[in-house]
Amino acid sequence: MEFQPTIISFLCNWCSYTGADLAGTSRMKYAPNIRIVRVMCSGRVDPTFVLKSFREGADGVLICGCHPGDCHYHEGNYKCLRRFELLQKYIRQMGIHPDRLRLEWISASEGKQFAELVDNMTEQIQKLGPFPVKQIIEYA
Amino acid sequence: METETKKKPKLKMAVYWGAACGGCCVSVLDVHEKLFAVTELADLVFWPIALDVKYKDVEAMPKGYIDVTLFNGAVRNSENQYMAMLLREKSKLLVAYGSCAHMGGIPGLANFFNREEIFSRVYETTESTINPEYVRPQMEVEVPEGKLDIPYFFDDVKPLDKVVCVDYYVPGCPPQTERLVEVFMAIATGSKLPSRKTVLGAWEKTQCDECIRKKSDNKKIKKFYRPFETQDDGETCFLEQGIICMGPATRGGCGYRCIKGNAPCKGCYGPPPDAPDPGAKMISAIGTMIDSDDPEEITEIVDQVVDPAGTFYRFSLPGSIIRRKIL
Repeated sequence: MEFQPTIISFLCNWCSYTGADLAGTSRMKYAPNIRIVRVMCSGRVDPTFVLKSFREGADGVLICGCHPGDCHYHEGNYKCLRRFELLQKYIRQMGIHPDRLRLEWISASEGKQFAELVDNMTEQIQKLGPFPVKQIIEYA
Repeated sequence: METETKKKPKLKMAVYWGAACGGCCVSVLDVHEKLFAVTELADLVFWPIALDVKYKDVEAMPKGYIDVTLFNGAVRNSENQYMAMLLREKSKLLVAYGSCAHMGGIPGLANFFNREEIFSRVYETTESTINPEYVRPQMEVEVPEGKLDIPYFFDDVKPLDKVVCVDYYVPGCPPQTERLVEVFMAIATGSKLPSRKTVLGAWEKTQCDECIRKKSDNKKIKKFYRPFETQDDGETCFLEQGIICMGPATRGGCGYRCIKGNAPCKGCYGPPPDAPDPGAKMISAIGTMIDSDDPEEITEIVDQVVDPAGTFYRFSLPGSIIRRKIL
């Protein structure tokens, strides 16, 4: 059987979660590999959440927020973007492929884009293979 | 610890080093004349840097013979691991003393590599190495007098609590001697100690809380500097000057010695109690301070943080969430 990745995603309450909801209510089909965690804002996504997801065995982490300028709290998504850039740099140093962590902007009306994004990311991670979490849990 | 009476036999104390530089042992000596107060209350039964006590003497001690062991240094090889287990068995209280035993410390940065990479660099490719036959250390060797062996070198550096159960942690590189005296006196006089597994000799609040540099409420960073690239004005918060200071993600208690010496905090006291991962907290804090909303400019500013993993996890890589590089 083909490798089925587990992708943890953090969706902001105001845009992305509503967008994902729209994909669902519109009965769009998309990859079932995603596990959604609703947060109030993408600015609430502490880098600890991302690292912990990897540590607990996620093969990928997806963060979605409102488009730049649309944040319900004015600048939460910008904070998320800055943290994301730093995190990307850090995980690359730790030997984690940068494609395993993605940040995308999804608005409340972009159900279709959300479904496509999930399909696309699932495919991307299938190519990368499972995240070697055992290496960081087990001590040699 | 059990309640103590006035005429109590002297405490038995041990200090041991694993993968350490020796600085922690020296910090114990830094109690200066207070050493007399210490030796009045405690007998040092094992301390390789100062006393000639052999491992076999420790092996001969009954279980729980030592009252307090200060174990400094990380666990790098099988000898460190063996001694950690041995001292755990012989000690009533095992204290992870110093950054290396607490979260891995500087030796922990070796977790960016594995055994093979380290050996090939050290024994083959360093500029000063001449080793045409690629000789590597052998675990065992026969000499006329008998068999000699050296410890096994692990792939990973581990903090002490990944090997044995640790009662308390005293962080710092090295721990502030005043804090050590406080902790020691608390143990020796039998005053009530906090619950097990807690960090002693450090505050619960961060460095920033006790730092006296001038801080504004809204830090904005347009450009990051490495300390040699800019002139510190001596009074404004380092972060506001664009110099990375680990203050926001580090416990106080050291008396902000580095900052008083005009050097930014490096994070040796480890993260405060509610932040399991110092680097993640630091990324979070710095992310908030970067003064730009333009994706390209943000990338440019982030690029100036030259080595995030090495800077944010200088003393804590093996104790962090992603505890080693994935090879």
